[in-house]
Amino acid sequence: MINAPFNAPIRPSEHKTEIPEHESSALISKGVRARPLFDPEILKRATKESFLKLNPWHVVKNPVIFVVEVGAALTTAFVIKDAFTKGPDIFFDIQISLWLWFTVLFANFAEAMAEARGKAQADTLRKTKSDATAHKVLPDKRVEVVSASALRTGDVVFCEAGMLIPGDGEVIEGIATVDESVITGESAPVIREAGGDRSAVTGGTKVLSDRITIRITSNPGETFLDRMIALVEGAVRQKTPNEIALNILIAGLTLIFLLAVATLPPYAKYSISAVGGGSMPSVAVLISLLVCLIPTTIGGLLSAIGIAGMDRVMQHNVLAMSGKAVEAAGDINTLLLDKTGTITFGNRQAVEFIPVEGVSAAELADAAQLSSLADETPEGRSVVVLAKEKYNLRGREVSEHEADFIPFSAYTRMSGVDIDGRNLRKGATEAIAQFVAELGGGVPESLTRISDGISRNGGTPLAVADGKKILGIIHLKDIVKGGMKERLTSLRAMGIRSVMITGDNPLTAAAIAHEAGVDDFLAQATPKDKLEYIKKEQAEGRLVAMTGDGTNDAPALAQADVGVAMNTGTMAAKEAGNMVDLDSNPTKLIEIVAIGKQLLMTRGSLTTFSIANDIAKYFAIIPAMFAPIYPALNRLNIMGLHSPESAVLSAVIFNALIIIVLIPLALRGVNYKPVTAGRMLTRNLLIYGLGGIIAPFPGIWMIDRLLAVFHLA
Amino acid sequence: MTFVGILQILVFFGIIVGLTKPVGTYMYRVFEGERTFMHRVLGPLERLIYRISGIHPDEEQSWLRYSGSLISISIFSFLFVYLIQRLQGYLPLNPLHFSTPHAPSFATAMTPDLAFNTAISFLTNTNWQSYSPDTTMSYLTQMTALAVQNFVSAAVGIAVAVALIRGFARHTVKTIGNFWADVTRCILYILLPICVLSTLFFVWQGSIQNFNGPVTAHTLEGARQVIEQGPLASQLSIKMLGTNGGGFFNANSAHPYENPTPLSNVLQMVLIFLLGASLTYMFGKAVKNTKQGWAVFTAMSVLFFVGVFVCYWAEQRGNPIIEHMGVASSYTGTQPGGNMEGKEVRFGIVQSTLFATVTTDASCGAVNSMHDSYTPLGGLVPLFNMQTDEVIFGGVGAGLYGMLLYAIIAVFIGGLMVGRTPEYVGKKIEQKEVKMAIIAILATSLCILLFTALSSVSQFKSGGYWNPPGPTTANTNNNGPHGFSEILYAYSSGAANNGSAFAGLNANTPWYNLTLAIDMFVGRFLFIIPALAIAGSLAKKKMVPVTSGTLPTDGTLFVILLIGTVVLIGALTYFPALSLGPIVEHFQMLSGKVF
Repeated sequence: MINAPFNAPIRPSEHKTEIPEHESSALISKGVRARPLFDPEILKRATKESFLKLNPWHVVKNPVIFVVEVGAALTTAFVIKDAFTKGPDIFFDIQISLWLWFTVLFANFAEAMAEARGKAQADTLRKTKSDATAHKVLPDKRVEVVSASALRTGDVVFCEAGMLIPGDGEVIEGIATVDESVITGESAPVIREAGGDRSAVTGGTKVLSDRITIRITSNPGETFLDRMIALVEGAVRQKTPNEIALNILIAGLTLIFLLAVATLPPYAKYSISAVGGGSMPSVAVLISLLVCLIPTTIGGLLSAIGIAGMDRVMQHNVLAMSGKAVEAAGDINTLLLDKTGTITFGNRQAVEFIPVEGVSAAELADAAQLSSLADETPEGRSVVVLAKEKYNLRGREVSEHEADFIPFSAYTRMSGVDIDGRNLRKGATEAIAQFVAELGGGVPESLTRISDGISRNGGTPLAVADGKKILGIIHLKDIVKGGMKERLTSLRAMGIRSVMITGDNPLTAAAIAHEAGVDDFLAQATPKDKLEYIKKEQAEGRLVAMTGDGTNDAPALAQADVGVAMNTGTMAAKEAGNMVDLDSNPTKLIEIVAIGKQLLMTRGSLTTFSIANDIAKYFAIIPAMFAPIYPALNRLNIMGLHSPESAVLSAVIFNALIIIVLIPLALRGVNYKPVTAGRMLTRNLLIYGLGGIIAPFPGIWMIDRLLAVFHLA
Repeated sequence: MTFVGILQILVFFGIIVGLTKPVGTYMYRVFEGERTFMHRVLGPLERLIYRISGIHPDEEQSWLRYSGSLISISIFSFLFVYLIQRLQGYLPLNPLHFSTPHAPSFATAMTPDLAFNTAISFLTNTNWQSYSPDTTMSYLTQMTALAVQNFVSAAVGIAVAVALIRGFARHTVKTIGNFWADVTRCILYILLPICVLSTLFFVWQGSIQNFNGPVTAHTLEGARQVIEQGPLASQLSIKMLGTNGGGFFNANSAHPYENPTPLSNVLQMVLIFLLGASLTYMFGKAVKNTKQGWAVFTAMSVLFFVGVFVCYWAEQRGNPIIEHMGVASSYTGTQPGGNMEGKEVRFGIVQSTLFATVTTDASCGAVNSMHDSYTPLGGLVPLFNMQTDEVIFGGVGAGLYGMLLYAIIAVFIGGLMVGRTPEYVGKKIEQKEVKMAIIAILATSLCILLFTALSSVSQFKSGGYWNPPGPTTANTNNNGPHGFSEILYAYSSGAANNGSAFAGLNANTPWYNLTLAIDMFVGRFLFIIPALAIAGSLAKKKMVPVTSGTLPTDGTLFVILLIGTVVLIGALTYFPALSLGPIVEHFQMLSGKVF
């Protein structure tokens, strides 16, 4: 598999390299695009938006908040009526109506905050989309300068250093370094070249060196950049299935509470006539009770949670095509990880020199290094470096010697050097044995033993010979990334099986799988095998996530429930998956899973909190409402609120303020740790369930004290 | 509360725990169509029934066809019960000549609205009785219309629960069983055998079974007493086992013939809980994890114990006002103490409060004491039990499917809190399930709250057709909060298909008959149809494998979550109404005022 381009080849000195800090320290790390939660510019934009969103046509989409808005409008009407009739309750009614409007505004503000971050980002992207010009290559090879917006699928353009690539396309000729920071935020340039899996280029990115010819693959308005703008802006945001289900639940609860409150006046009327005294609860009080009971907290924050979840994915430099995909990530049961580049570093590296009898390790290392001096493959370089590190053998300038390099060929299956009369060769054990045998040398019996031992443990043996004498074996090994085992263990705690995909033979695969701690592996995997594996898992009810970049990964990416395409990958791969990782970092999948889970947890926790809050509000409002009829009900005023008006007002104020208080939580997501579901539920039930029952009591009591101090009620 | 009292409650519960597994296993086998020890006797009969009625027991139905069959039998049942009642004057087995010109002066007229109410009532397994059976119904009506419905409506309820269980247990199929086979098997293999056995027990304890007219007795004090007779014992067992609750006599299970001894009282309570409890085990067995069933059982048990102990404590504590008058109200070796008003001396406080809790935990509605005479908190327990849709073992079938709907809501919120889209016993809980569960819960609260509101304020002309006493509040025995509780109780009882009455409310007027009929109808069918829709939707889904990331639904945590959901939804919906009824009454009692 392909690594991130322009990644410097892995040097053996990096053997002990851990996964970079930002990946391993926390499952959810701050991505490169993170903005502070309350950026002043965003705050300003969100405040303005929250007033614009008062438009009933907008609010009606959110039934809970719509009920609050209708309530606010009704109480306002009563305030106006009071003003004309000089009603005695006007001061109380004004306050209630103000706080109801605040409740709607706060909910709008939460949504606007979540959106503003995306919109600010979209604006940045749009600036780069300034109308570039394109050098269109006509069929007769003439070049015509046209506007980028005039390009259509199939057109051919060329780009030279310093030019913006005018549209999405495929390199059909040449190789160039491209600055894709507009999209990825990563300043290091990447290589784009014709053919293979690195041929896709994105409109809006900039060619830094060389010259490439590109065939345009998208029409204006449908480019990757356009889609990205629409995505981060939330313009194409659709409610996810889970969000709709939750909306149904809270709309249902709202209806139940509407019933519970609407039937109170008849009950009160009965009670008054039964007791022969007392007064009916006022409309403002009834509306207050209703607003306090309906789940305004989750209703107000629900869409913000969804948008913020998408935004968090974006901050990790992953472009999710739908919220549904992010949600599905939380449900993943099986994670398909490519071995190369994900579980292990890209290439095999030399880790040990094992000489046969009668040869010293240093002698073997020296010959191995010499034979590899001209070997520019990562494996070859790792041999040179290992010899230097272990035996202090410096890489020699080959030009000083009479050297004749023999490159690797698939036919001979070995490479080497003829230097100073020595014929140094390294290669597959059988090939070297044959080479030696042809020269009349013998094969030490320990050679096969060593070689088989390495193979069994998942390594690759590379025999080294000096003429007809076999010196020993270089042990090449896949290096499992540091910290990988721990991450896979935490995945297992979350109930996620990891499956390693590799082209290696089953023996090698098993050894690496064991070392990395994956639960299963798929050896000698072809794209068809991957697809079959995913289908099999899905048939058993599991949800599967995978990453991929090649065109041949496209079917599997499309089949997977969460398919993350690498940005370096082909257009076909990007279109098949439902997410694109702009960093092209295959381990990102683990973070995406965590974000998905966090998104769902935040929804559940705030719903629980919202409903649990109602108990305290009953204890504030019911005695205030019915004590005029039945003074005995004052016993329910367990908070000792000082007057009926202040009790109602305190509950309404608490209900409004809690939305503001919880906005950071909604945007950031609740704290997530990879533990079992049982422990997670216990924790969240205690914090948001029990906490939700308890918290409003002191909260409402304090507001009541303040209202008393300022003589507001 | 006394040691012996608590012991009685524990012994009763111990019997239920002991029976749950064997009966649950037996039910599972019956509904799976497996052979049981009863098949040797009843197998040929079952096949004969299928042949006569053209039922193909292996022909599976989709949830829509299953509902269609259910509705068709319901329409037939309704018409049948309605017509028998209306025509009873022309039919035999009517020794007191009800609905004829020779009817005795104390007889109640069989009006169309009463017949309508009763037909809906027995169709919906509610057995709300706006009438006094001893003065209204002929023996034929009791036997062919009401007793038969006791079997059929119970079997229908169980069939729905079985279909929902199949929805969870099956995967990637479109069908949820065959309604006709389920109902037939339920009546034949489960209801009838248990009824036959327990009927013999009741007769041994002193219940009667005859076609005689009433006999007159002269008491020691010289008073003349008319003692009703009739085919009672045959109807008694199914009234309990099917959680129907409609009494043969007006006094229901307080009547010495209908509940002769404390022993018969215990058996009656066991019969009420038996099938509801066993269904939880059957559920666990069907989803191949009996712990799932026991978790539901445990949640129900906790709610049961809280209710029974609050009720028992409140009644044993008695009324402080009476105590202030100098009446000894503590328990002594010879005196029960507490509040004995409206309770039978042969049952005492513990067997009465236990019965009151059990009959409202399940949607039975049989009573052995006057709930109207309970202390406010003691009366609050049965009321709240019904308002939470009777999911504590519950009506046969209804208890389990009701609890599973609550489990869906609980799991939906709880499941989100563990970071997955929610799932319950291997099935994803999505839009459709949540929508249906909400419709069911919404429908019952709509009926209870709305009709209570209407009946608290409606004004009718005194002597008019709709409500001859005049304003609808004039039908209550008491005024103030207690009168309000009486109305609230009636509609709660109707919507929850309980059928017990707080009493004290004269409900035999066209207004109450009609609104209560709607109440019962909605409470039954707007629960059943959503439950079946969920069954159909679940059956189609794949089975999600259990991992450590799955919300465990077979442990303590889930039990707490489920209890919390039931109590919280119930409390939040009904707290304002309850605060104007039993709660304020309780506070006023404490300050020396009663109604």
